[in-house]
Amino acid sequence: MQYDNEMRLEFLSKSSNEAFARVAVAAFASQLDPTIEEVADIKTAVSEAVTNSIIHGYEDKLGTVKIFAGIKDSTIDIEISDNGKGIDNLELAMQPLYTSKPDMERSGMGFTIMENFMDKLEVESTPEQGTRIIMKKMIKSKLTL
Amino acid sequence: MYRIYSHEGGDALDLKFVKELNVLIVKINCELDHHTSDSLRRRVDGEIQRYMPKNVVFDFDGVGFMDSSGIGMVMGRYKNIKRYEGKAVMANVRPEIKRIFEMSGITKLIPQYTSVAKALESMQGGSKDAI
Repeated sequence: MQYDNEMRLEFLSKSSNEAFARVAVAAFASQLDPTIEEVADIKTAVSEAVTNSIIHGYEDKLGTVKIFAGIKDSTIDIEISDNGKGIDNLELAMQPLYTSKPDMERSGMGFTIMENFMDKLEVESTPEQGTRIIMKKMIKSKLTL
Repeated sequence: MYRIYSHEGGDALDLKFVKELNVLIVKINCELDHHTSDSLRRRVDGEIQRYMPKNVVFDFDGVGFMDSSGIGMVMGRYKNIKRYEGKAVMANVRPEIKRIFEMSGITKLIPQYTSVAKALESMQGGSKDAI
């Protein structure tokens, strides 16, 4: 895929980077003139994916979280990947309200929010190798221009 | 007039205890994600232990962003307060955040009001204005 514009980010799996990651992706997306709601959708979905990498992928260990974002016409593709422990049972993990960490007060709504807020969600995961989340969002305000 | 015991919890949290109503008002003034909710929940639990309120109002007026970590934060405090037959309600939740709460079904357990005043009224019996 030939994008009109691309960006890459790499950061340590520290929870203090969650805000940095979602704000950086939202700032990159702003060249598509998204509405306030579309910005909130992107920020929330990125926050969920990055938090998953930090809490579930790397657990207590430090690792690297990578983000790629590409813009083509009025669409933004966002890929968030880690080299963490992967997801054993993807079907179960993606069920609304399922969480493997209820003791941490996780709500189990992460994937449901990503699915609802973005136009496409794909999850690739290999146990002991890592997880890649691929999301797509069409910015409608741009389409109507 | 209510007697209000106010306690600045730092930038991220303003706490007010309304003695007559036995209500703790927790005003959150930061983005709610995994990073912030971890420390917030410990502080809110400390305040609940300190005042032993019957009911808690979460004021979201100062929350510009929330992800699913916020659901867990509110739900966890609701469970604690429910043990003592107390209620938890929310006020001033903006539309982007309301969507997230609605998706989780939490709004059935924790009603939302358009202002803290309306939330406090509901504590005195009338809950007609829940949105």
